[in-house]
Amino acid sequence: MSILIYAESENKKLKKAAFEVASYAASIAEKTQDDVVAVTVNADNTGDLGQYGVSKVLNVQNESLEKFNVESYSEILTKAVEETKADIVILSQSANAKYLAPLLSVNLKAGYASNVVELPETESGFQVKRNVFTNKAFGMAEITTDKKIIGLSSNAFGLHEKEAKAETVDFNPEISDSSIEVQSVDKNTDKVSIADAEIVVSGGRGLKGPENWGMIEELAEVLGAATACSKPVSDMGWRPHSEHVGQTGKPVASNLYIAIGISGAIQHLAGINASKTKVVINTDEEAPFFKAADYGIVGDAFEVVPQLVEKLKEFKASNA
Amino acid sequence: MKILVCISHVPDTTSKINFTDNDTKFDTNGVQFVIGPNDEFGLTRAMWFKEKQGASVDVVTVGEKDAEPTIRKTLAIGADKAIRVDAKPMDAFQVAQEIADVAKNGGYDLVIAGRESIDYNGGMVPGMVAKMIGANFINTCVSLEIEDQKATAIREIDGGKETLTCDLPLVIGGQKGLVEEKDLRIPNMRGIMMARKKPLEVKAPVSEKSLVEFKKFSKPAPKGDVKLVNADNIDELIDLLHNEAKAI
Repeated sequence: MSILIYAESENKKLKKAAFEVASYAASIAEKTQDDVVAVTVNADNTGDLGQYGVSKVLNVQNESLEKFNVESYSEILTKAVEETKADIVILSQSANAKYLAPLLSVNLKAGYASNVVELPETESGFQVKRNVFTNKAFGMAEITTDKKIIGLSSNAFGLHEKEAKAETVDFNPEISDSSIEVQSVDKNTDKVSIADAEIVVSGGRGLKGPENWGMIEELAEVLGAATACSKPVSDMGWRPHSEHVGQTGKPVASNLYIAIGISGAIQHLAGINASKTKVVINTDEEAPFFKAADYGIVGDAFEVVPQLVEKLKEFKASNA
Repeated sequence: MKILVCISHVPDTTSKINFTDNDTKFDTNGVQFVIGPNDEFGLTRAMWFKEKQGASVDVVTVGEKDAEPTIRKTLAIGADKAIRVDAKPMDAFQVAQEIADVAKNGGYDLVIAGRESIDYNGGMVPGMVAKMIGANFINTCVSLEIEDQKATAIREIDGGKETLTCDLPLVIGGQKGLVEEKDLRIPNMRGIMMARKKPLEVKAPVSEKSLVEFKKFSKPAPKGDVKLVNADNIDELIDLLHNEAKAI
């Protein structure tokens, strides 16, 4: 038997999420004595999956699939499950994976648990721990179907190397014509996205206006971080909606989250709660964010942030 | 154009989350329920199609009687008809089956749902409904235009946006961007009065099949106190982030 993973790539290179999903699958496979098989689409470095415990890669090479297409991609995964007779399918929680997983669930009649944060428990039924109520709680969800789909939350499991040799084979199932056409993709390629970021630097109303975002961007640049913002900031149009993090915006599960001038409304804190280390910089020591943060500075962002940028540059230079 | 908007009946975003019955059930005590925020953006966009393009707008929710005030509110905002499928929501698959049945029998051209509900955050119902009824599907939709039965939509992707076109019927998983926060409507007195006369149909469920079942809930462990660093001592913060948190 085998466990199937969808290993995502971008510009022909596998993403970090692919290796995290592989690591997670390999840990399950170790217990169940299964093989981990990965599906990749137009990826070049498929052999790298071996380092994370994948033994076989079904690689689709098809120029017409250069742009993500939910129908074609879910069809490929459905056919890969038929081919490998996999009982467990594991995906990341990227925008694309979240897009296709429900279609796959219906195709396979497989129970799907999203936002999963730990390895399954199998003592009484097949149960996975997942985030619910936007990170305000966890739920143990039992998947009762024979085939199971798991959506693994980003950064929840991490990368675990496991020497295996991944054999890559061509996989080219017949794919029906898609009725959805991608007209254009507008992607900011020189900036890291919130979903892929290890570090997120986020600004709130305390920054007083969009003209002051330069220092947030500078700090993000030094750290190789994504930039984000609170809800009021996106509602006022200071920053695009795509940067809004929180309960009704994007969830953040980065290793480090730095909140600047954000007071910490319950909806915001819920959205960023899955981040590992949280830092707050705020003039108001009573701001609720201080209760949720690991480290805090009570101080004026306009004084603290430029200093932080300078000190981090020195730190980076001496640790390079 | 016939539009169906799917409405989730969820705890307000400020709710404190607690559980009862040995941590197996969500504690609704003192919790205020609202229209799911992602659904509300979709509903407001549907009202635009109604007012500008003469679309009809029905709403559907899968839930017990306690969900009625929430769905009445959508009538007060301007929906024409409400359908409540009288079933306790168990999992995404079961809810999707109910909505798919309503969508199929109602002959809707466009089904608008929120990208995810803010209670169980599954993010699966819209995609499942689309697959079940054989409609096109666009998730994390932040813009939607429809002309001559053809849709042009913008989908948010990680780090950018994508413009897509397709024919109807279409199901979208919507979110903020479909309309702006300031465009959201609060029901006025006239709307509330009119809503009383609008039909609220209660429909028997077609299926009880669920694939995933919640067994137990828990809350994150309480967090330790914040470590405060003096604003004049940025070096200490960098040291803590590097050596203690190993975050940089």
